[in-house]
Amino acid sequence: MKLTELIDSGKFVVTGEVGPPKGTDLSDLVKEAKTLMPAVDAINVTDMQSATMYLGSLATCHIFKENDLEPVYQLTCRDRNRIALQSDLLSAVTLGIENVLILTGDHPLMGDHPQAKPVYDVDSVQLLEIASHLGEGEDMVGNELNGKLDLCLGAVVRPIAEPLEPQIIKLEKKVKAGARFIQTQGVFDASHFEKFMNAIQHIDVPILVGIILLKSDRMARFMNKNVAGVEVPEPLVEEMANAKSKAKTSVQIAGRLINEMKDMCQGVHIMSLGWEKRVPEVLAAAGLYELPKKKKKKKVE
Amino acid sequence: MIVADQKPINEILGMLERYDKVLFVGCQTCVAVCMAGGEKETGVLASLVRLARQKAGQPIEIDEAAIQRQCEEEFIEPLEADGYQAILSLGCGVGVNKLADHFGIPVLPGLNTGFMGHIEEHGVWAETCAGCGDCVLHRTGGICPVVRCAKSLMNGPCGGYTDDGLCESGTGAPCAWIAIYKRLKELGLLESMTETSPPKDWSKDRFSGPRTRVREDVRL
Repeated sequence: MKLTELIDSGKFVVTGEVGPPKGTDLSDLVKEAKTLMPAVDAINVTDMQSATMYLGSLATCHIFKENDLEPVYQLTCRDRNRIALQSDLLSAVTLGIENVLILTGDHPLMGDHPQAKPVYDVDSVQLLEIASHLGEGEDMVGNELNGKLDLCLGAVVRPIAEPLEPQIIKLEKKVKAGARFIQTQGVFDASHFEKFMNAIQHIDVPILVGIILLKSDRMARFMNKNVAGVEVPEPLVEEMANAKSKAKTSVQIAGRLINEMKDMCQGVHIMSLGWEKRVPEVLAAAGLYELPKKKKKKKVE
Repeated sequence: MIVADQKPINEILGMLERYDKVLFVGCQTCVAVCMAGGEKETGVLASLVRLARQKAGQPIEIDEAAIQRQCEEEFIEPLEADGYQAILSLGCGVGVNKLADHFGIPVLPGLNTGFMGHIEEHGVWAETCAGCGDCVLHRTGGICPVVRCAKSLMNGPCGGYTDDGLCESGTGAPCAWIAIYKRLKELGLLESMTETSPPKDWSKDRFSGPRTRVREDVRL
């Protein structure tokens, strides 16, 4: 199911996110995704997140499809040239994948193979244009394609940045190039998000606000120091520091943030970073999902 | 100019291990300006190598020369290399290639050639042109995104720049696109950032084999 079809139907769209493992065993990931799927509309599968070598996003998306899980295929410009990127998009269609999220990709210097030659043959705006063009039945140099290509293309934006204007200019270009939904970097302050949404009023595209599940105050401080565009306000850091149950507090904070921001946008993208099983509780706390009632164990006579 | 760095002394000693009569050739243009391979650096390196080999009980005979430009035949022509087992060039990689083509003996690189750049301040050189063969500087306020952006992005910054305007890669380099944005804004030309740049033709870069420029009108 294309995310745009859901958005067009008026549904508040919810996406989750998982990262393929380092290795070949997908059983745990599929299990985690299955706990996530009832509460979300689709699950992003990252493309070698943090520039680290993992099992491929495309293969994982294919396994998800086989398991009735709806994937959003993440594709970065870091590791493949225009020939491979177009070919992978054709492969994705052949495997029944319908949603693709196009990103620049973290630089190899940030990952586990810093000696690697970065590719970046095309950038995210150009790749969106190329993918849109494939949908018109031609590759980027005008050769005809057989078969039909109808992908729902998405892109990302960083809503909190100084300066912000370059992000907005790039967002305009991404939408012009064919992005039909936007997922944002994690947001922890509804007033910041409101400012961002006001600044992009002129851009007609559904926005899925990014929510990162906090695991501890240390993680919050680490992100504040090291992750560009992520700002966890001090009261939230304190709330995590004083939490009796980190998991419960994390769920409460995420649920609260979604509640505060859901009327400003068209959906939410939850980055649970291994806490996939908490996502249904988060969505329940935000009033977007009803948790299944726990079955009472039958007494064995 | 071409900016280069001298190779680590142990690497140089390793390359010279099998020789005991060598000519060191410096270059008096770019690498002299960036203080890597001029006449002075050639002399210092030769002394170091002589000392190290003496100490190791394997003395080496080194003669020194420095020519104006190792990349031009007219400056190489007068150089005599008869009787030497090898040449150690302190020119950039272009010079090493050129000397190796000219002389029938091994030519070893004394430098690691880095980039085309400018002097930022005394003792600091910065890369500002990639020689990509398809200049876009008129659209980017004179700041090159091909080489000054670690990802060679053509349509604006990624989401990785810090609040201080630095690149996410952690190299300490400024984000090229934040610099471009500020420059274009100052110049009143921000609209050129809003126009989408098409995919670049990298075949004009070095990825299609060595590039040659021919001007028929000036050929002899």
